[in-house]
Amino acid sequence: MTDRLNEVSRLDLETAEKPYLDSNELIINMGPRHPATHGVLRVILKLDGERVLGTECVIGYLHRGVEKIAENRTYTMFNPYVDRMDYCAAVSNGLGYCEAVEKLMNVEAPPRAQYIRVILTELNRIASHQLWLGTHALDIGAMTPLFYTFRDREEILKIFERYCGARLTTHAFRIGGCQYETYAGFEKDVTNFLTFFAPKIDEYETLLTTNRIWLERTKNVGVISAADAIALGVTGPVLRASGVKWDLRKAQPYANYSKFDFEIPVGTNGDTYDRYLVRMAEMRQSMRIVEQAVNGIPEGPIMGKVPKVIKPPVGEIYHSIEAPKGELGFFIVSDGSTQPYRLRVRPPSFVNLQALDIMVRGLLVADVVAVIGTIDIVLGEVDR
Amino acid sequence: MDEEVKSPAPPPPPEGEQKPTAEKPAAAAPAKPAAPPKPAAPAKPAGPVPVPWTSPLVEKYRSQYGSGLEAQTYLGQNYLTVDRSLIPDILRLLRDEEQFDYCVDVTAAHYPKREKQFDVIWILYSFPRNERMRVKTQIADGASIPSSVSIWPTANWLEREVYDMFGIKFDGHPDLKRILLPDGWKGYPLRKDYGILQQDQEWVQINLGIESGQ
Repeated sequence: MTDRLNEVSRLDLETAEKPYLDSNELIINMGPRHPATHGVLRVILKLDGERVLGTECVIGYLHRGVEKIAENRTYTMFNPYVDRMDYCAAVSNGLGYCEAVEKLMNVEAPPRAQYIRVILTELNRIASHQLWLGTHALDIGAMTPLFYTFRDREEILKIFERYCGARLTTHAFRIGGCQYETYAGFEKDVTNFLTFFAPKIDEYETLLTTNRIWLERTKNVGVISAADAIALGVTGPVLRASGVKWDLRKAQPYANYSKFDFEIPVGTNGDTYDRYLVRMAEMRQSMRIVEQAVNGIPEGPIMGKVPKVIKPPVGEIYHSIEAPKGELGFFIVSDGSTQPYRLRVRPPSFVNLQALDIMVRGLLVADVVAVIGTIDIVLGEVDR
Repeated sequence: MDEEVKSPAPPPPPEGEQKPTAEKPAAAAPAKPAAPPKPAAPAKPAGPVPVPWTSPLVEKYRSQYGSGLEAQTYLGQNYLTVDRSLIPDILRLLRDEEQFDYCVDVTAAHYPKREKQFDVIWILYSFPRNERMRVKTQIADGASIPSSVSIWPTANWLEREVYDMFGIKFDGHPDLKRILLPDGWKGYPLRKDYGILQQDQEWVQINLGIESGQ
């Protein structure tokens, strides 16, 4: 099995002995500025007629050296940078980073901060999935969902804006807790959103779930088996759609997720349609979590006892969270100074994108677009 | 081996007695000119130290590999520090016998002052055991290390990134080339001697047609 997987991204592009074009195989270039690659992703496709024989991803166009920047900033100064990786789920990135540093310093955010964090993170998961649904459906040819999801995502962004002043790169959390207390009416806004949004998911589903064209374009497209997904390190909804019931919020609970009651939706076939169903179900589960959290939010401080100057003791830590796209990990080496000695981000998009090759082999060119969409990558995170 | 140093300023005392907390206050006083709030103070001067990690897994491999392997726990996270020569074997055993079927990450860290300048780190997870661990090894600059792609295909891109950023070569990697930086780029940005403003001027001038990217 691994031999087959190891062929990933090995296109024989040498031109010296082999002609670039011959009668059967054709190598074409998709991107880096292609409307369906969700940013600057370049995919080299090797085709036999319209069938895909293999692909190679060329990435790095958005590389900003986030890990190098981290080594040259203090822990506090680096906090806003993580928002710029997966900018569709900035809150999740912030949660992962803050928790990693907190773990390294052996401090914990107070309960109220934990609740605020969970509410915002789950709202962000919904927003991220909405963005995914809108753009993914648009790639496949369904234009309406884009307008619906962006209309509804706006309500979440408004809550973010009222909470911290920013809509996208929120920088909502601080090491040790939250910077801001909730604004007056925060709970009401969140509850209103939940009642507003519940019928909207049904609306999306009416458009797509039984839509004949949608089924044709997504069923049995981009199939990845559970074994392949694990071997390729795929996480998040893509892994769960292949039938692996694994979610870090349950497997190794962080923040205060163990307090909430929710399910892990799983698929069976590991195709694009199942990944769609899994993400739709995840939005519903996120709403359940938000509802429980907003009803149980306790009073108290929002900032733990952390020193003004953050100087974690010498040591190494790996901490990961279930970001909307999969396992987002931070591996931090501290030398006892105010700056990380080494900070490694384990990006879910980067690792999941590696599975593109195995998922599109044998499909048609048009399906490549669907599969890129279904992996749900954000190039800001792939390239960092 | 007591040569195991995990970062430039090594806190871990030689394994054995991890509790020399008696001289803690003395060490604390001169170290901190501006002492922040109290609660951090007890944790900071000594800090938590890595303690030996004991488990059936460790016992098994320790008897097999002896001194080439050291097992420790830091803040509840387990890691093995192994000799470079054990690298392909121990990783394969961890996957085949211990069910560490998911390679979360492969990464590295650079310690220029050390003789063996690089730490290469595998972060592993086992779905059946719901358990994480790390495997670390040290290699010298210019030395290569066996690739783990044949064990976990996911290591393909991860090792390419390590090569791209640190210049560590992985033997047996199917397609070892730069991944985030352009192919012709010179230098390895995550090495400590690579400045944050540094870049491959020549590449920038030739390929982007501008004097400097700054």
